[in-house]
Amino acid sequence: MKQQVLVLYLANSSLDAPVVGWSSYDGTGAARPTAGDGDEPPYRSGVEALRDGWRLFQASQLIPPYPGHEYDTSFLKHEFFFEKLA
Amino acid sequence: MAAGYLRLDAVVPDELNDRAIGVLEAGLPAVPYGTPIEDAFPTGGFTRDLLEVPEVAGALRGLVGPGATVDHHAVHVRRPRGGEAQPLHGDAIIDVRPDAFDVQLMYYPRAVEADMGGTLVVPGSHLRRTNESDTGRYQNLLGQVRLTCPAGTVMLLHHGIWHGGRRNDSDVQRYMYKIRFNPTVPQVLLWDTADLRDPAVARELDRRFPWYEHATGRLEVHNRVHLWRTMTADPTFDIDYWATRVSNRPLLRSAV
Repeated sequence: MKQQVLVLYLANSSLDAPVVGWSSYDGTGAARPTAGDGDEPPYRSGVEALRDGWRLFQASQLIPPYPGHEYDTSFLKHEFFFEKLA
Repeated sequence: MAAGYLRLDAVVPDELNDRAIGVLEAGLPAVPYGTPIEDAFPTGGFTRDLLEVPEVAGALRGLVGPGATVDHHAVHVRRPRGGEAQPLHGDAIIDVRPDAFDVQLMYYPRAVEADMGGTLVVPGSHLRRTNESDTGRYQNLLGQVRLTCPAGTVMLLHHGIWHGGRRNDSDVQRYMYKIRFNPTVPQVLLWDTADLRDPAVARELDRRFPWYEHATGRLEVHNRVHLWRTMTADPTFDIDYWATRVSNRPLLRSAV
């Protein structure tokens, strides 16, 4: 059994929020996903990925901004890791 | 300002594009950091001619002003069926200057088709505080630009924008020539400001991009307001009261 990983970035912290970014990694070697290889997200929301059999194994925490940096923007905040075993 | 880049399609004439291939294949000598443009690129040379294309010269002057210096330049060639995509990154190191920005020129002397590994650019990413390729985990963001363009296209980008060279899956070589410029004068009202009060300016600065999380998108506009205040020397400029509301401190005013 090998792991396939899907990372979805959502528009807010809810798993049913719309997808705004995505990455994937294929432990089977069948595909070579890479930067800039598609303009259409694989799913419209995190829940849609669940319905297709992806298992959620990590979600980003909700961390308050550091004092003095409340208006800074940096990495995407709402990151969800899913897996399938193939 | 909102997208973080300016795209000038097919502004370089064919004669110069044809000349570029030989020049870029041969390679260009390194330029010491901080060299004035006129010293780095002598009159009559290829790069100087490129920078004197009227659309390019005008846009550069509007962004970095007169007297800009050359940070560095480099030729990027993506061989047919060769290489891997670069991880999404910002150049150099994290750079959060609130009152200055460098401009990176990217020039494509030949047409770039979809499978040729054209540059991946993420509109509106330039004010994010991230360091170089720490963003490499992100493969695709909604609304990203996978550049395709006609020959002679020039892009001018804010130094912080997330980008990367894509994998070339075609049989055609892809060329790109990049020059980074540093301003030497305050970047205040350097461009044609005749339409500064046009409502379209505020509408453009209020743009959200599809990859923005809803809440963070509001912060992007707030941060653009502050940059625009600096670039226009107008400390009252605002959009939808974002910056004014959160800086309203009556107690501080009454204590003065």
